[in-house]
Amino acid sequence: MSDSKRPQNAGSKSSTTPLPFEQKIQEIEAKIDELRELASSSSIDVGDQLESMERQLEEATARTYSHLSPWEEVGVARHPQRPVASDYIEEMLDDFVELHGDRTFGDDRAMVTGLATMGSRRFMLVGHRKGRTTKERLETNFGCAHPEGYRKAWRKMKLAEKLGLPIVSLINTPGAYPGIGAEERGQAMAIAENIIGMFTLRVPIVVLVIGEGGSGGALGIGIGDRVLMMEHSYYSVISPEGCAAILWKDGSRSADAAEALKLTAKDLTALGVVDEVIPEPLGGAHRRRDETIATVRATLLRHLDELDGRDPDEMIEARRDKFRRIAEIEGRFPSV
Amino acid sequence: MSASKNDKDTSREETEGKGATGASSKSRTEAREAEREGAKKGRLARWRFSKKKDMPGGLWLKCEACSNLIYRKELEEAGRVCPKCQFHFTLPARERLQSLVDPDSFLEMFEDIEALDRLEFIDSVPYSEKIARTVQRTGQKEGLVCGKAQIEGRSVVVAILDFQFMGGSMGEVVGEKISLACDVARRDGLPVVIFTSSGGARMHEGALSLMQMAKTCSALSRLHETGNMSICVMTHPTTGGVTASFASVCDIVLAEPGALIGFAGPRVIAATLKQELPKGFQRAEFLINKGMLDDIVPRDELRDRIARLLDYDLGTHVVRRSKQPATKTDRAASDRSVASGDGTDGPDRGVPNRLREGISEN
Repeated sequence: MSDSKRPQNAGSKSSTTPLPFEQKIQEIEAKIDELRELASSSSIDVGDQLESMERQLEEATARTYSHLSPWEEVGVARHPQRPVASDYIEEMLDDFVELHGDRTFGDDRAMVTGLATMGSRRFMLVGHRKGRTTKERLETNFGCAHPEGYRKAWRKMKLAEKLGLPIVSLINTPGAYPGIGAEERGQAMAIAENIIGMFTLRVPIVVLVIGEGGSGGALGIGIGDRVLMMEHSYYSVISPEGCAAILWKDGSRSADAAEALKLTAKDLTALGVVDEVIPEPLGGAHRRRDETIATVRATLLRHLDELDGRDPDEMIEARRDKFRRIAEIEGRFPSV
Repeated sequence: MSASKNDKDTSREETEGKGATGASSKSRTEAREAEREGAKKGRLARWRFSKKKDMPGGLWLKCEACSNLIYRKELEEAGRVCPKCQFHFTLPARERLQSLVDPDSFLEMFEDIEALDRLEFIDSVPYSEKIARTVQRTGQKEGLVCGKAQIEGRSVVVAILDFQFMGGSMGEVVGEKISLACDVARRDGLPVVIFTSSGGARMHEGALSLMQMAKTCSALSRLHETGNMSICVMTHPTTGGVTASFASVCDIVLAEPGALIGFAGPRVIAATLKQELPKGFQRAEFLINKGMLDDIVPRDELRDRIARLLDYDLGTHVVRRSKQPATKTDRAASDRSVASGDGTDGPDRGVPNRLREGISEN
C-alpha cells in the first residue's frame, strides 16, 4: 500500500503521546502499524484487514472526540504534539522576520514576535511560545511569559501600529509565570498595561487561542477585534488544577473543576466570550497538522480581509464596546 | 523605615511562609468552624486575610503581622491599624467610605445589581448559595460599593472593593460596577478614586470573571481619553486579576503600608518554586522600591493626600478642560446633586482656603 493512501490520523506510535481517553484509538493505531510492517516485510496481502481496521479507527476516533469531557479537552489542548506557535510560523507563514527583546530588560523566549507574511497579507505576529522538545520547553518556561515578554509584545504591537500592520496574536500559555523575578519586574503591571494599551492600537487585531488560554497571562495579548478559539483549546480564569486545589481543597478534582469552569470553546461561544471556533480535524490538531494549519491560515486571512480598511477610530470604539459589553445578558446592567 | 519595623516585617513574612507550606488540615477545619460560628453570631467573621489565626467573637485578636494580642475594640477605634506595629488590616468598604468621604456626601449608585450564577457552578456548595449567604452576612448585594461623593469638598466618583464579600473577588458585577464608575466619571467630568482589596478574579464565574479584566480596562481607557484623573489605592491584599487590570493602570497608584500586592499569591509562588520567598516580598515597601507605586500613604493620611492629588484634576488644566465632554455648568450641577444628599452642607463645608479657590472656579 502506498504512503499517499495512508490516512494521516494513523500516526505512528512514535509520534503520538497517549492521552488516557485515547487508549482505544491508540490500540487500533498500533495494530494498523503492525499490519503495515507485516505487509512491507512479507508478501502477505493485508489490504482487506487494513481497510477494516482503518474504518474501526475512524469510528473509534469519531466516538471519542464527539463527546470529550472538558477535562479531556484540556488534555488535547496540552498535547505535546499539538501544533505550537513555532509550527504555525514555520508551516503557515510565507515569511517571518523575528524581532527580539523588550529593549528594557531582556528577551523572553516564552513570547515570540516578528513581522509575518501570509498570502496577500503582511502583519505583526505575537504569540506565546511553547517548546517542542524538552530543551525548548525549559527555555520557554513551558509558555509562561515574564513581564519582559508582555513588554516585548507591546513594543512590537506599537511598531505594528506605526507601520499600519494588523496584529495576529496566538495564545498558548498555562498562565503568566509566577516567580520572584516576575513579581519584582511587575508581572501584573505589564499585563494590565498591555490590556489597556490594546484598546488604543489603531490597527486591526485578531486573537486566536491555539492551545491553552491561561488566565491573565493569556489576556495580556488577548484584546482584539476578533477573538477566535481552536475547537480543542481552552480559555479559563484559572487552571483546573489550581481551581481544584483552592475550591475543592483537592488537586485531584481537576476534572470536576474543568467541568465547572466552562472553559471549552463550545461553552465560551455559548456564553458570548468568543466570536468563532476554528474546527479541528477528527482526532484533534495533533493528528492532522497540515489540515489544521491550512484551516487556520484560511480563517485568519478571512478575518484580516474583513478588518482591512476600517476607520481606526470606529474600530477602536467597536473594540472597546465589544469588551465593555462582553458576554453580557442584554439589559442586565444599566448604561451611563 | 525604622529597624524595629523591619523586624516586624520579618516576623510577618515568616508567619506567611508557614501558611504557605504547612497549614494543617486540622487547623484549617478549626478556622472554618470558628468562622461559621462567628457568622452565626452576626459578627464580622472574615475581615482578615489570614483565616487560621482569626478568633471571631472574641474580645481579643492576634495581629497577623506582629502576633501581638490586640483588644478588638481598640483596633477598630484605631481604624483597624495595629497599635503595636502599625499593620494596616483590611478595612470593610463601608468603614473605608466613612474614613474617606465628607459626612453625608455619599450618594450610592448601582447598589442593586446582583450576582448571577450563570455557570451553575458547584464546588462544596452551589455558587448561588454562597452568594446568598454572603449577601445575608454582609448586608450588601455585591463586593463593590460605588457612587458619587465629596472628599474635602471635591466631587469624585468612588469605588471600593470589599474584601468581606468573597475575598473582594471580581466577578461580572464587580467588573461592571468599576466600569460604570468610570463611565459616570467620564460623563460627569469627575475624577475616579478606587480602593482595592481583592484575591483577584472570582473563579465561580469562570471566563466571565476573566473578561472583567478586559471590561474594566476598556472603560478606563475611555476615561483616560477625557483626561479625568484616576487614582487607585491598593490595600491589603490586592492580587491576581485586579492587580493585573484596572488597579495598575490608574493615573496614580498608591498603597497602604505593608499591603500585600502582586500578580500571583505568595502561596502559589512558594509552591511553584519550592523555596522560601525573600523577606518583605510583594509588600508595598518592596513594590515602591521596584518602581511600581507612586507612593505609600498611611491610612490616617490618605484622605488628605487624595484631596491634594485631586487638586491637580480640578485645578488649572485650562486647555484640557475644554476637551472634556462635561461643561463647567454640568460639573457644578453634579456637585449640587451630590451635595443635596444631605440637605444641609454645601460643597464648601470644611474646605481649607487653598482648596476652596479651586472649587469656586466651577
